[in-house]
Amino acid sequence: MTTLDSSKEIQKNNSEVNETHEDFRMFGLITFLIADGMTFAGFFAAYLTYKAVNPLPDGAIYELELPIPTLNTILLLVSSATFHKAGKALLKDKNSDSQKWLFLTAFLGIIFLICQLFEYFHLPFGLTDNLFASTFYALTGFHGLHVTLGTLMILIIAWQSRINGGRLTSQNMFPLEAVELYWHFVDGIWVILFIILYLL
Amino acid sequence: MTISIDPQKTNNESLQPKGWLRYFSFSLDHKVIGIQYLVCGFLFYLIGGTLASAIRIELASPISDFMPRDVYNQVLTLHGTIMIFLWIVPVVNGAFGNYLIPFYVGARDMAFPRLNAVAFWLIPPSGLMLVASYFVEGAAQAGWTAYPPLSITTPQSGQIIWILSVLLLGGSSIFGGINFIATIIKLRRPGLKLMQLPMYCWAMLGTSLLVVLSTPVLAGTLILLSFDIIANTGFFNPVLGGNVVVYQHLFWFYSHPAVYIMVLPAFGLVSEILPVHARKPLFGYTTMVFSIMGIVVLGLVVWAHHMFTSGTPPWMRLFFTIATAFIAVPTGIKFFNWVATLWGGKISINSAMLFSCGFIINFVFGGITGVALAQVPFDIHVHDTYFVVAHFHYIVYGGTVFIIFSSIYHWFPKVTGKMLNDKLGILHFIITFIGFNLCFAPQHWLGLNGMPRRVAEYDPQFQFVNQISSLGALLMAISTIPFLINVFLSVRNGKNAGDNPWNALTPEWLTSSPPPVENWEGEAPLVEEPYGYGKEISEQK
Repeated sequence: MTTLDSSKEIQKNNSEVNETHEDFRMFGLITFLIADGMTFAGFFAAYLTYKAVNPLPDGAIYELELPIPTLNTILLLVSSATFHKAGKALLKDKNSDSQKWLFLTAFLGIIFLICQLFEYFHLPFGLTDNLFASTFYALTGFHGLHVTLGTLMILIIAWQSRINGGRLTSQNMFPLEAVELYWHFVDGIWVILFIILYLL
Repeated sequence: MTISIDPQKTNNESLQPKGWLRYFSFSLDHKVIGIQYLVCGFLFYLIGGTLASAIRIELASPISDFMPRDVYNQVLTLHGTIMIFLWIVPVVNGAFGNYLIPFYVGARDMAFPRLNAVAFWLIPPSGLMLVASYFVEGAAQAGWTAYPPLSITTPQSGQIIWILSVLLLGGSSIFGGINFIATIIKLRRPGLKLMQLPMYCWAMLGTSLLVVLSTPVLAGTLILLSFDIIANTGFFNPVLGGNVVVYQHLFWFYSHPAVYIMVLPAFGLVSEILPVHARKPLFGYTTMVFSIMGIVVLGLVVWAHHMFTSGTPPWMRLFFTIATAFIAVPTGIKFFNWVATLWGGKISINSAMLFSCGFIINFVFGGITGVALAQVPFDIHVHDTYFVVAHFHYIVYGGTVFIIFSSIYHWFPKVTGKMLNDKLGILHFIITFIGFNLCFAPQHWLGLNGMPRRVAEYDPQFQFVNQISSLGALLMAISTIPFLINVFLSVRNGKNAGDNPWNALTPEWLTSSPPPVENWEGEAPLVEEPYGYGKEISEQK
């Protein structure tokens, strides 16, 4: 009985102090992405140090071809644009347009992953062949994990933006905005990774 | 965009278990989570303390008679890891941060309550996993630093469990840090300015910045290390062309800031406790804030002072020596400010005050040896000796753990509504203070005379001093007994504390003890002068 009474009392208190506050989920996400970016920064720092002080041993093979990663860079940059389109469409209450753009973005993400795997299978070195091979697979693999998670999240919000019963509307943009920010972050990391791993 | 707090939803939360059962539930209440962190951390402190006692028993004689050498290595690894990742970091950040920060910013809970509960519930499983690894194939043996190639060549299962456990604890720490930053910056009560916040908020803001910026680097490093162990890659394995010094750089990029993650919150807590028991405003509020931020910035660029014997090039030695010496400036400012806060105050000699003063004395010792260790010629002489062990125990035990006890004596009346027995508290302080100094002061001498750390056997000429040190450790073990008796007796039939037994001015004392579910009946109070002691009521706004 006491439980009931006290919960009633709390309910009364709550209705008295029913407050509103600013939405700071985006702030939390940005803080998280800074943390995530620091993980990549650590990897990049390790790779650059290896490049500066550890010579490639005699006979070790570490050669990268440019065509596939260049295609991948273009894929991700285009997917950032299509994601942006999806957000604009949703803002104008064009849910089905938004959904199409989201599916296109997810499709580009999947193509990126397929290209990445294709590259893995055709490289002349494996994970444990030498230090640079290991670092290459660790860096691109960790990034690929981010792309995989991002693609899954895009598919989820694409499902949520369906017209009947979807919770993603122009009034509730947060899921889309959050995944979009994450996706741009993953793209940005790829550009840095492309420059450091393939071009330097 | 705004979010409205749905009363129906919070009401459902209030139907969660009542009484002590709620401490075993996935509670979203920041006060429950704070106590969960504290009690969980204290249980691990008892485990880590038992391991420390085992180490001191072994070192009472120069031969390894109490345990075999490899068990000794496991015990010292577990001791270090448990004390850092499961006692000090969760308690001084998670426990006090979760309990106090929402009060200080005038909020009803943390910014992300669900994330907060997730962050706590990552700790017990990873801690138990770490302790259990001892019974599988032996725990990790490479010390809490897990330097390769040692961590690659010692038995794998223990080391992998160690890595998994530290990764989970790091994740918990990052989630907590995100929550604190969002709460302090975004969830402040309207009208409350940043420069009116109690000092602990600033300390937690600085700490959380360090957590968010440096912990992910450790996570990445440990992932690479686990690849070396499981997949036979060669990131840190010189045999396969890898580079061990890269591991040390990445590891210390987290683990030096980790020292500040452990002591900055203690700096904040002592800044709350001293003004209350000296009845004086905190001296130099603005300089305190700037020194905290100075320590945060400098703390990120001093890590290589742990690596002066790792083939560090001369320019790097020069830079890191100077940067490290600079940290003494903001730290010194804070110490002068605390002494000035006490100066001429109406000091009450109680357990909280005594532990805080003990902290000041011990930390000054640890700080001085710290500046000495930053000097390359001296550091090369005492590197990896007991001098280093003495130094960091003066920082983390003499500094932070003293403040944890001080804070427990200070905030126990708020949490439970009961007073702790002051006589038992003073007894606890005396035994701890004597035991601690008896244990660690002689280790400076041992280190200067060349006794290396992390060894189960040593030159017999060091035996007498080691036995003094072990006697001190025994006293430290005994000192927990009056504390535990005190807590159990006081929870059951302690003196009623009332809402504000210390007549303190910080916001948490303006609500009832223990506080109601959403912290305040009605609106949160606006506290513009949290340290306005000694002023007439009319002078305060």
